[in-house]
Amino acid sequence: MKHVLGAVCGASCLLLAVPAMAETTLTIATVNNGDMIRMQGLTSEFTKKNPDITVKWVTLEENVLRQRVTTDIATKGGQFDVLTIGTYEVPIWAKKGWLVPLANLGADYDVADLLPKIKDAVSADGKLYAAPFYGESSMVMYRTDLFEKAGLKMPEKPTWDFVIDAAKKLTDKSAGVYGICLRGKAGWGENMAFLSAMANSYGARWFDEKWEPQFNTPEWKTTLTTYVNLMKEAGPPGASSNGFNENLALFNAGKCAMWIDATVAASFVTNPKDSKVADKVGFALAPNTGLGKNANWLWAWNLAIPAGSKKAEAAEKFIAWATSKDYTKLVASKEGWANVPPGTRTSLYQNEDYLKVAPFAKLTLASIDAADPNKPTVKPVPYVGVQYAAIPEFQGIGTQVGQQFSAALAGSMTVDAALTAAQSATEREMKRAGYIK
Amino acid sequence: MARMATTQRVVISTIGAWFFGFLIFFPILWMVLASFKTELEAFAIPPSFLFFHWTTENYATVQERSDYFHHAMNSIIIAGGSTLIALLIAIPAAWSMAFSPTKRTKDILLWMLSTKMMPPVGVLVPIYLIFKTFGLLDSRIGLVFILCLGNLPIVIWMLFTYFKEIPRDILEAARMDGATIGRELIYVLTPMAIPGLASTMLLNLILAWNEAFWTLNLTTSNAAPLTTFIASYSSPEGLFWAKLSAASTLAIAPILVLGWFSQKQLVRGLTFGAVK
Repeated sequence: MKHVLGAVCGASCLLLAVPAMAETTLTIATVNNGDMIRMQGLTSEFTKKNPDITVKWVTLEENVLRQRVTTDIATKGGQFDVLTIGTYEVPIWAKKGWLVPLANLGADYDVADLLPKIKDAVSADGKLYAAPFYGESSMVMYRTDLFEKAGLKMPEKPTWDFVIDAAKKLTDKSAGVYGICLRGKAGWGENMAFLSAMANSYGARWFDEKWEPQFNTPEWKTTLTTYVNLMKEAGPPGASSNGFNENLALFNAGKCAMWIDATVAASFVTNPKDSKVADKVGFALAPNTGLGKNANWLWAWNLAIPAGSKKAEAAEKFIAWATSKDYTKLVASKEGWANVPPGTRTSLYQNEDYLKVAPFAKLTLASIDAADPNKPTVKPVPYVGVQYAAIPEFQGIGTQVGQQFSAALAGSMTVDAALTAAQSATEREMKRAGYIK
Repeated sequence: MARMATTQRVVISTIGAWFFGFLIFFPILWMVLASFKTELEAFAIPPSFLFFHWTTENYATVQERSDYFHHAMNSIIIAGGSTLIALLIAIPAAWSMAFSPTKRTKDILLWMLSTKMMPPVGVLVPIYLIFKTFGLLDSRIGLVFILCLGNLPIVIWMLFTYFKEIPRDILEAARMDGATIGRELIYVLTPMAIPGLASTMLLNLILAWNEAFWTLNLTTSNAAPLTTFIASYSSPEGLFWAKLSAASTLAIAPILVLGWFSQKQLVRGLTFGAVK
C-alpha cells in the first residue's frame, strides 16, 4: 500500500512538474523593424536551447508600443516580460525604478565589447538597465554618380556650407532630382531628431543650464532659417510630410542626391532588391560648422525587463541570447553578414567578413563615436541625449515644437513665428512641470 | 420630350452615383492594389495604377509571420459577443423608453450619449487598473465587456429611434384582438422592427470590428484581434505599405463580405423611418 501511495505521489509530482517546467511564457513587446522581425524568425533557436521557455511576440507601431508599454509599466500590469525601448526611455524609466537592472547576462556575454557610447546610453548609476539590440547614428548618404557628374567631391567630414552648396548645384527639378532630402514630418522622433542634431552642430541647445528654453537665441534662428531655405531651394516638394520612410523611398527611387538620416538606412539603400541606386551610394559623416559637433544623433533599440515581470530570470536569458555575439553569428550564418544587427558591439567592426559586405560600417562606427549623449552640444546643458532631452516632458514638448517647425517648412508660418511659438510652448510646459518659475 | 428629359436625368444621376460610389470605394481599391505591389512600387511617385509587377509575395509574408486565423477568430468572438450582449441590453431599454416614456427619458438618452463625448484615452488608466485587478487584461471576455459598454449608447439611440417609428395603434389593435405581451412582441413588433434591428446589429458589428483603441491597449497576444494584426505591420524604419495593405485587406475581408450580403437589410434599416 505504501509503495502504491508513493508511486501515486511520485507520478503526481511528475505530472505537476512537467507543465510547471514548460510554463514560462515570455511576452515580448517589439516594433516592426527588419532586425526585430529577423529575431522573431530565429526564436526557435532560442527555445531549442531553452525548452522550458516559450516566447510570444507583440509587434506594434512605435508610438502605440510606447503608449501601450508605458501604461502597463506605470500600472504594474505585468503584461510584458521583455520590452523593446529606445535610449530615450532607458534613463527615465531606470530612475523611476520601472526597469530591472541586467546583472546576470552570463559569463560569456562580454559587456566590455558593447560600444562605449551605446553602453552609456543604456546605463544609469553605473548599472546596465537595457541591452542594446541595434544602434544607430545619422550620416550623409549621397549619390556618387551625380557628384561625379557635377565635378564635386564629398569630403569625409563635410561642412554645412559644402552640403548646402552641393545640394543647390545637384538639384535638377525638371529631371525630378533634388539636391537634398531631409525629414520634415512633425514629431519628436521625426523632424526634431534631425533638427535637434543639426542645431547642435550650429551651437544651439534645447535648454541652458537652468532649464530655460533657448529657441530665442541666434543659433536656433540660423539653424531653422538654413534648413527652411535649403529645403525650399533644393528639397523635394511636400517635404513637410516626409519622414524616414518617405525619404527612403525617394532616395531608393533615385530622386535625392543627398540624404541625411539614420545609419541603419545604409543597408536599405545599398540593397539592390529595394534600391535603384544600390551601387551608386557613398557615405560621409553628418555635416558640421567647425564648432566641434556634427549634426548626427545617437539612438539604439534595446531590450529591457519591466519591474513588474514575474519571469525576470527567463527574460534575462532571452535578452542575453538576443544581444550576444553568438546571435550575431547566428544571423550571419542564416541570412548573411549584411543582415546582422549593427551598432552595438566593437567586435562587429573588427570582423573582416562584416566589413567586406558593409561598405558603410566604418562610417557608422565613426558616426556613433562622434555623438556624445552626455555632452551633446557646444555649450553646456543640464540634460542627457543628443537629439532629445531625456526628461519625461520631452515627448510632448518635442512634438509641439516639431509641429511649428514643420509649419515653417510648409510655408504656413515664418521662421520667426515658429521660433516664438516654440519658445512660448516650451516655456509653458517647463513651468508646468516645475523646472523653471 | 418629357421621356427624353427623364432618361437624360436618369443617365446623369446614374453616372453621378457611380462616380461618388467609386470615390468612396477608391481608398479600399487602392489598398487592395498596393497589397499586390512590391514595397518600392507601393511607395513610387508617381504611383502606378494597374501597370505594375503584380505579386502575391506580401500575402505570403503576412501568412508566414502572423497567425491570421487566431486574430480573425478573436475579432469574430469579440465583435459578435459584444454586439449580441449590447442588443440584449439595448432592446428592452429602448423598448421601454420608446413605449413608456417618462419625463426623464430624454435626459437619460442625452446622458447616455454624453458618455461617448469623452475621449477613451481619458479613462485608459482607470480601466487598465480595473482590468488588471479582475484579471481581464488580454482576455476576450474583457474586450467583449468594454466594447459592449462603448457601443451601448449608440445601439440604444438607434433602436429607440426605430421603435419610435412603430405606430402605437398597431399594438393597441393587437391587444384588442386579445394578444398577450409575448405574442404582441413576437408576431407584431419583431417583424416590424427587423430592418432596424438588423442595421443596428450590423453597424455595431462594424464598429466593434474596427475598434482600435481598446483592442490595442488591453490585449497582448491571446485576445489580440485583427486590429493588432494590422498594427504590427507599421514600421518606423523600413518600407511597409505593401505588407500593411495585404494585412489590412485580409482584416477587412470578412466584414466586407458580411456587409455585401446584408446590404439590402442595412439600406432598408438606415432609411427606415426617414421616408414617410
